[in-house]
Amino acid sequence: MAIELYRIDDRLIHGQVVVGWGQPLNLGFIALVDDEVAGSEWEQELYRMGVPPEMDVYFATPEDANRQLEQWNADQRPGILLTGDIDTMRRLIGLSPSIRTVNLGGIHHRAGRTLKLRYVYLSPQEEEALRALERGGVTVTAQDVPSARAVPLEDVLRGEAER
Amino acid sequence: MSDAPVAIVAAHGDLAFGFVSAVEQITGRGELFLPMSNAGLGASDIEKAILELVDSRKIRVIFTDLPAGSCTIAARRVLVARPHVVLVTGASLPLLLDFMSHEELEPAQAATHAVDRAVRSLTTVPGAARGH
Repeated sequence: MAIELYRIDDRLIHGQVVVGWGQPLNLGFIALVDDEVAGSEWEQELYRMGVPPEMDVYFATPEDANRQLEQWNADQRPGILLTGDIDTMRRLIGLSPSIRTVNLGGIHHRAGRTLKLRYVYLSPQEEEALRALERGGVTVTAQDVPSARAVPLEDVLRGEAER
Repeated sequence: MSDAPVAIVAAHGDLAFGFVSAVEQITGRGELFLPMSNAGLGASDIEKAILELVDSRKIRVIFTDLPAGSCTIAARRVLVARPHVVLVTGASLPLLLDFMSHEELEPAQAATHAVDRAVRSLTTVPGAARGH
C-alpha cells in the first residue's frame, strides 16, 4: 500500500490524523519526521500514547526517513508521513525526490504569517519554499480532512479558496 | 470546591462549550468549568492557552476529549511544568457531572471518582418489543 499521504501539520499526531485520515485510509502506520521528536524519548512517548495499539508509529529525522522510505513504501499497510513544518518536508524531498505530492494539513498562525486558509498561514519565505517545491515537480495541495476539497497551491497562495 | 472554576474542558470545535452549557442547564454550576477550543490554534498556542488558564485561575484538573488529540498532547506538556494538575481524557457529560457533584473531595480525587462513574455510564441498550 505504501505511504498514502505526505502531510505538513504543526500539530503532528492528533485527532485529524489518527481518526480523520486514519479510519478512512485504514492506516497501519504513521512516520513522524521531526528532528526534535526523533531525539527525545519523552516526546515519542507523548505522541505514541493516544495512537491505537494496532497502528505503528515510526520516528525519524529527515536523513533517517530517507533511508527508511523504501521500506515504508513496501509495507502492505497504508501509512502517513508527517512533518511539523515546511522546511523539514523540503529537506526530506531534497533527499528523496521520489516524493511527488505534499498535503498541507495544518500550518497555524504565528508572527510573520498571513491567513491563506482557515488552517493554513504562511510567511513570504514559506510561500516561496512551497512554490519552489512545485517548480521541482511536486504537487502541493491543502486539505485538512478527507471529505474536504484538495485546494491547489496557487489557490492557497491567493488566499481566495474560502472567500 | 468553591464556585470559582476548578477545571478546564479543552476539546475540538465547540464541544467544550456544549459540555459546559449542558452542565449549566442540568445543575446551574457551569461556572466550575472553563471551556476552550483548539480550533485555529497550533500546538504551541494550545499549550500556551491551557497554561495561562491553569496559572491565572489556579486550575487543578484538565478534561480533554480525544486521548490522541492536540488538546491532550498540549495538556500533557503543561503537566510537566505544573505536576499538581491532573489530566482526564475522554471527557463526557456523565464524567463532568460526577466530578462537580463531589465537592467534598480534592479535585484530583473527584476526577478519579468521575472517571470510574463515566466508564460505568457507557452502556448498550438492546431493542425490545414493548410489553403489555
